[in-house]
Amino acid sequence: MAPAHPYIPNSAEGSKRKLVEFLGISDPDELYSDIPEGVRLDRPLEVPGPLPEQEILRHVRGKLSDVKTALDMPVFLGAGCWPHYVPAVVDFILSRTEFYTSYTPYQPEVSQGMLQALWEYQSMICELTGMDVANCSMYDWASALGEAARMAARITGRKRILVPRIIHPERLEVLKAYTEPAAMTVEQVPYEPETGQMDLEALKDKMGPDVAAVYVENPSYLGFIETQVKAIGEVAHDQGALFVVGVDPISLGILEAPGNYGADIVVGEGQPLGNHMNFGGPLLGILACRAERRFIWQMPGRIIGLTVDSKGRKAFCMALQAREQHIRREKASSNICTNEALCAVAAAAYLALLGPRGLRELCETIIYRSHYAMKRLNELPGVKAPLFKAPHFKEFVVNYDGTGLTAKEVHEGLLEAGIHGGKLLTGEFPELGQSALYCVTELHMREDIDRLVEALGALLGGDRP
Amino acid sequence: MSQPSFRQARWDEPIIFELGAPGRRGHIPPKPEPEVVEAIGPIEGLLPEELIRKEPPRLPEMSEPEVVRHFVRLSQMNYCPDVGLYPLGSCTMKYNPKICDLVASMDQVRWAHPYQDERTVQGLLAILYELKNWLAEITGTHEVSLLPAAGAHGEFLGCLIIRAYHKRKGQLAERKEMIVPDSAHGTNPASAAMAGFKVVTIPSGPDGCVDLEALKAAVSKRTAGLMLTNPNTLGIFESEIREIAEVIHDAGGLLYYDGANLNAILGKSRPGDMGFDIVHINIHKTFGTPHGGGGPGSGPIGVVEELEPFLPVPRIEYDGERYYLDWDKPLAVAKIRAFLGNVAVLVRAYAYILALGPEGLKEVAEVSVLNSNYLLKKLASLEGIEVPYGPERPRKHEFVVSLKPLERSTGVRALNVAKRLLDHGYHAPTIYFPPIVDEAFMVEPTESFGVEDLDGFAEAMRAILEEARAEPEKVLKAPYNTAVGRVDEVRASHPRTMALSWRMLKEKEGLKK
Repeated sequence: MAPAHPYIPNSAEGSKRKLVEFLGISDPDELYSDIPEGVRLDRPLEVPGPLPEQEILRHVRGKLSDVKTALDMPVFLGAGCWPHYVPAVVDFILSRTEFYTSYTPYQPEVSQGMLQALWEYQSMICELTGMDVANCSMYDWASALGEAARMAARITGRKRILVPRIIHPERLEVLKAYTEPAAMTVEQVPYEPETGQMDLEALKDKMGPDVAAVYVENPSYLGFIETQVKAIGEVAHDQGALFVVGVDPISLGILEAPGNYGADIVVGEGQPLGNHMNFGGPLLGILACRAERRFIWQMPGRIIGLTVDSKGRKAFCMALQAREQHIRREKASSNICTNEALCAVAAAAYLALLGPRGLRELCETIIYRSHYAMKRLNELPGVKAPLFKAPHFKEFVVNYDGTGLTAKEVHEGLLEAGIHGGKLLTGEFPELGQSALYCVTELHMREDIDRLVEALGALLGGDRP
Repeated sequence: MSQPSFRQARWDEPIIFELGAPGRRGHIPPKPEPEVVEAIGPIEGLLPEELIRKEPPRLPEMSEPEVVRHFVRLSQMNYCPDVGLYPLGSCTMKYNPKICDLVASMDQVRWAHPYQDERTVQGLLAILYELKNWLAEITGTHEVSLLPAAGAHGEFLGCLIIRAYHKRKGQLAERKEMIVPDSAHGTNPASAAMAGFKVVTIPSGPDGCVDLEALKAAVSKRTAGLMLTNPNTLGIFESEIREIAEVIHDAGGLLYYDGANLNAILGKSRPGDMGFDIVHINIHKTFGTPHGGGGPGSGPIGVVEELEPFLPVPRIEYDGERYYLDWDKPLAVAKIRAFLGNVAVLVRAYAYILALGPEGLKEVAEVSVLNSNYLLKKLASLEGIEVPYGPERPRKHEFVVSLKPLERSTGVRALNVAKRLLDHGYHAPTIYFPPIVDEAFMVEPTESFGVEDLDGFAEAMRAILEEARAEPEKVLKAPYNTAVGRVDEVRASHPRTMALSWRMLKEKEGLKK
């Protein structure tokens, strides 16, 4: 008999014998006697292992030994997953086993900790966005946008969604995946080539009484700030459509809350709030809205509410479950069940640590550093940074058209110099020429930016790969 | 009568907005370098005046130790499987090995950006590539996508693939019906509806399994597919699975496997061999990754060869020398989230499979089933409990009993027994599910607990049932030993009392004044 496995107490021979004898069987396999012959697996699975713990560690370390990250080289990537510092306290709080190994708080009396933490997350998202209600997480920004569009369609009874031409291509694809089965259509509104700003006249042309929602992102996918948000919201509202705004929540330390310029639903990516990049997942989808009844009842996902216990003490529990799949089945507002709760706790801890002052200072540092990078890059011959004449936050487009190099060539050259440049835009936005999307945050020190500028300068000086 | 000795921490912990004091700081971000400030000058002019926040967000102002204390106190008011049995049926609350957390917290995982040049992340791609192949082997499918963030997300993707398949055949207009048994998880009909299908519910047979005749009567040219979990939500293996598959395939539909119950059959039977075309895997259930208080999970899907072209891009591939992302799949359905998936969760699963190996995975299944049948037999002998749907058949990793007899004789309901279990230091099972069982108690002990834990749980159940007969009031008003007493869930959702955020709470308080 094989030795007991460390994770399985009753795999020890004596324990197992107790179970088998109590059940009056001679072998555990008898409990599988109702699996017909043809569908039983009659060979061992072809997977590796078992490995002793120290070999697992060695094996994974070996695999990852060639991986280079932002800790090994300056990396200027953002585009929906952003490098920000995660305070040690956040990781400490997430490592509390009571939080991370528990599940959805179906029994509120023994789950007050998670419930209160999630309610506090919801509340802080409301403070940031200027909304009244937030759910306790979606999978990511893209799926939150998909759900928000469907929510807008249910609220308005309309099927058209207008979005900017400048939107993250993956986000657009996800939006289409979520809306196409509901017979909804997604149309893109062109932008002013100089500024990247939404073409208001084009928006008005596309607008009509059949539009469920107009969506903008602020800051936009390409990093500039959409300055006409108020006017865009008015165009939407004039025709009875909802105004949906997508945000990077970090920026709301300095930028106006969307609730103050007319947003009805706010979505966004909460990953920068205390969550590591993790090669793109898990992320944290933000979804918040106004406190109107017609909104709240159409929201997807878990929502935590404040209530009292039998003695009148403050207590929390899941609210409005009658919207959800486990009660409403095919009539539910969404199918989401497991979400990104732990990432939401990270966000709550992060926002509590930074506070209003810290978040504002963080935004200022980011703006300083990103503008320093733009300024220095723009001084290089043939390089244009930022490409769009507009205010920017932490991301910006760098255009190489005047350098004689392609964006790919620049990328290769920088990588050779130990620097990971921005995301190439040549495939997604061919009209922007040889361009890349750069991201600069509080993690990018001046010396990192200077190294980038020097390396790019050297490339332009003929030092080609 | 034995009285429970468990006591949960009961901090009267204020809401975070009531903590701290003006001017306190919990974290100070770095300042820009003087040269940077000098080069840029004042930043006020860099943003349009009307888009700068007039009022700072009303966030707490707390020192670092205050933040730590607040969340540690909250954590102490949260039950978890690392302190005791958490037999939440369908959720597989097993032990989460700590080595898996360790490897997932390595810098190369945490700090990797999803758009990095493939040459800089070969090791990560290798892990994901190997993992998807192992998952295909475990489920008996041809190819796996790691993209979905959760089981329901995988269901949605699976339904989109069913849609794409019928569309490709020019039959989407007719094939609008997704068949779902009445015992299915709520996510199944919800996912099908989200993907644009009309849900057709079929009743379970007297044995709790799919009624083959009812299924035959339900299929037609309109059938897009059937969504099924096996073992089903009663914990019973659908022995007629091949016949079920035949009925669906003959009707031109596809068979979808809800992987919530995969833990029971690891290494014993594979959904692909049963005739399923699409399979989702709940990584956070079967492969021991933490449930995170509600997430993140991960819900990869596997498909048969014929459906491989429909899996979303990018695909993680290997050409014998290097790992790369393949975006060139013209029939691929659209993505349902950004990037590649919940990588930090997937890396844990990778370590978990390495820790168990083929024998260990099979042992997981067998012991989870042994534990479940052991506990069922213990509970079935208690007065007040009955076992619906073929009590003589072995259950798999979970089972469902009915507390209807108890309710009839004492007025004490499944909900009350669940609450009283909390006092004994156990998490309650899933209750009132599946909907085909009255006063349902759905119990999944998992392989992570020993015979003493199972005996302890059975003893607590015995004590509660006895208490329900002797002192029903006591059970009806439970729990007593938890951080708070019985929570008023109606109030939380009532339009007049609803407070879903601090802002909403303050607004309501303001109105009262």
